[in-house]
Amino acid sequence: MLEQQLVNALSLGCVYALFALGFTLIFGVLGVVNLSHGAVFMVGAYAARAVVARFDFPLWAALLFVLLFCGLLGLVIDFLVLRPLRARNAPHLIPMIATIGVAIILNNGVQGLFGAENLRFPSGLVSEETLSLGGLHLTALDLGIILLSFALMAVLLLALKKTQLGRALRAIAESPKAAYLLGINVEGLFLLTSFVAAALGGLAGVLIGLYSNALFPLMGQPMLHKGIAVIILGGMGDIRGALLGGLFLGFAEVLSVAYIGSSMRDAVAFGLLFLILLVRPKGLFGSQQERKV
Amino acid sequence: MDSLTNFWSVYSNLVLTLGTNSLLALSIYLTLSCGMLSIANAAFMGIGAYASALLTMHYGVSFPVALAAGMVAPAVTAFVIGKPTLRLSGVYLAMATLAFGEVVRIAVLNAEPVTGGALGLNGIPQSTQWWHVALALVLTLALLWRLRQSKVGRAFEAIKEDETAAGLMGIDVGAHKLLAFVLGAAIAGLAGTLNAHLTFFIGPNEYGFDRAVDILTMTILGGIGGLNGPVVGAVILTLLPELLRSLKDFRLVVNGFILVLIVLFLPKGIWDPARIRQWFGRKGTPS
Amino acid sequence: MSTALRLSNLSRHFGGLKVLQDVNLEIPDGGIFGLIGPNGAGKTTVFNLITGLLPPTGGTIEFMGSNLAGRKPHEITRLGIARTFQNIRIFKEMSLLENVMVGMHSQLKYGPVGLLASSGLFRSEERRARERASELLSWVRLDHKASDQADNLSYGDQRKLELARALASEPKLLLLDEPVAGMNSTEKTELMGEIRNISARGYTIFMIEHDMRFVMGLCEHIAVLNFGHIIARGGPEAIRNDPQVIEAYLGREDDEVTADGVTA
Repeated sequence: MLEQQLVNALSLGCVYALFALGFTLIFGVLGVVNLSHGAVFMVGAYAARAVVARFDFPLWAALLFVLLFCGLLGLVIDFLVLRPLRARNAPHLIPMIATIGVAIILNNGVQGLFGAENLRFPSGLVSEETLSLGGLHLTALDLGIILLSFALMAVLLLALKKTQLGRALRAIAESPKAAYLLGINVEGLFLLTSFVAAALGGLAGVLIGLYSNALFPLMGQPMLHKGIAVIILGGMGDIRGALLGGLFLGFAEVLSVAYIGSSMRDAVAFGLLFLILLVRPKGLFGSQQERKV
Repeated sequence: MDSLTNFWSVYSNLVLTLGTNSLLALSIYLTLSCGMLSIANAAFMGIGAYASALLTMHYGVSFPVALAAGMVAPAVTAFVIGKPTLRLSGVYLAMATLAFGEVVRIAVLNAEPVTGGALGLNGIPQSTQWWHVALALVLTLALLWRLRQSKVGRAFEAIKEDETAAGLMGIDVGAHKLLAFVLGAAIAGLAGTLNAHLTFFIGPNEYGFDRAVDILTMTILGGIGGLNGPVVGAVILTLLPELLRSLKDFRLVVNGFILVLIVLFLPKGIWDPARIRQWFGRKGTPS
Repeated sequence: MSTALRLSNLSRHFGGLKVLQDVNLEIPDGGIFGLIGPNGAGKTTVFNLITGLLPPTGGTIEFMGSNLAGRKPHEITRLGIARTFQNIRIFKEMSLLENVMVGMHSQLKYGPVGLLASSGLFRSEERRARERASELLSWVRLDHKASDQADNLSYGDQRKLELARALASEPKLLLLDEPVAGMNSTEKTELMGEIRNISARGYTIFMIEHDMRFVMGLCEHIAVLNFGHIIARGGPEAIRNDPQVIEAYLGREDDEVTADGVTA
């Protein structure tokens, strides 16, 4: 039984990691805590369901669509809201408050359009087969989530470490001004980061939507809170930290549900968050140095 | 007189809510004036509401005692978590207070035997009179105004601008931040108590992130340049949903737009004395 | 001559980096003491240690009979040390008067009860704060701008404001961190006069500065810091001719002050 829980934990952890990855990218590169990331996550789920239900998209097409659609959404949010605030050098808390406003718009807009009741994906979207590995049963969905997540994480980590683009992003993360002076197209990379982060968030939304088979307008909120817990746990702005933190939270949640009970499930993230903030605010990998402007 | 009584019977709740929302906005203003963004005040409101409601419902305490308890309970909680939490700054503090708020909400949700869990508390005595709210608001405004005119108010402003320099002025930064935090919690608790004994029923979801964001929006809309701002913001955002009833779910979308637009275009809020003076000056009327 | 401040074996390390090593200094009462040295020698770190912004890795800081090491900044200010900053840290959104009144925080003797009740003490102390703040602004000839917002001041005036604000806490020792950085020669001469006036009122002044001419013209006692060590101390003439000092400055090609200041 424990082994089966571990499979659940891994799947859940992967999705948490993907979500946290997007969140951390925005914080690391743009220096903003983007509290609309949860709403984008939710929009991803709804968008996927819409194209599947209305236009009969196969799953892979829906996933691609979500990547594009949410990526664009992230781009729009950056362009309309975050960019003007960057231009006037607003102190950190201001963009964060603005993204709260964006989240409210998205959450309530979707509720107005689709209603507040739970929606489901049409059945038969994911194959029902399971793979049996020495007593463990992995559904196609589990496998899909785990493989897709690890593939994306690997691509991202490699890109950040080995490519020129990745180096440019890391330079911006340290000091946007210095990067600019080095000739790096900082604004362009901000837009790219917003696109990629939102795309990942939306993708995470679809995966959770499939996993839990329950879509509701506020589904992004608990996710957002857990995302915050994850990135603080792993160290804000640190990619490895986001990945490991996400996996860790997945395991912690599933195990606590198994042994303590499901009602306290959401509290696990916050309990951890609170503890970490008190004991080691910089998290497992982060460094709390202020970014040089 | 008849029309007045009619007006009151229909709108009394709304008017009283204007008062409690003003108190809430002022509580966030207090922490913001010291440079701290605390998203915990909704939770403190909830602690005050539940503490006082449980006392009046199960132990039949008098309203004044309930009011006192509704202020002391959140203040003590703020004191306890304040010490470690206020070491954090900026974004980390905001995150920590947000997490605290959620922990409180989940705790209340799960403490069914005491708090009624998801079903909340029903049948709270409706003891709040309009003069309670008015008095609370006047006293709070007076207190905050007096603070602003004193070394404490100046210390808050100094801390908000530059903590390090403030410390070197002989200001005990930690103690002042804790004061702002605890006092803000007490005011939020007061609002919660008054509100609970007005609405007859309270539930855990009323004191979560949504409420915290509502309060924050009011304060930012109004502006934190002075004490008028938060009150103005509270009035506008309390009345707005009434005016926008027809929009139903999209009502709250307007709130979101307001927040974004204010941050982008009117960063000092609506009640910005400098801009108002300038505006009147341009129109040729000395202010 | 009595000692206002004594640094004994003061050290500060950051990981492997030894910013200050075994610094011994005695700042005499009632004079103007200068600490000079090439860029990066560790001078501002000395001030950060004295004012409690950083804890020392070793050594003691004796002031008025107590060891300041490990104390919090606001406690140290209350003991009688005030400071200005290299990069000016006035409160930009407050008026000049309010800036100086903030400096008086530790001097105002009313408590929360008096505040709430608007007692006689509260009102008289607030009045005293205003009057004293005006007086201090007049010392640096900024009283005519008392209600202006601090943001609107010229660079030189901002430095003078910082000076007035530092005096507000009734310090026995005034630490000035590069008080004339970024000023033109007229402004420097003016500030030199202000500092002399303040010294004449009895305050002990300890300053860090780059401008050699300024330091030589103002300070009776000077110490030279290089790579975290004190390499020389004495009066202006002795320092000017000290071979180690000359080498410390000349050896650093990037320091413009060399020929200009040392041999002038």
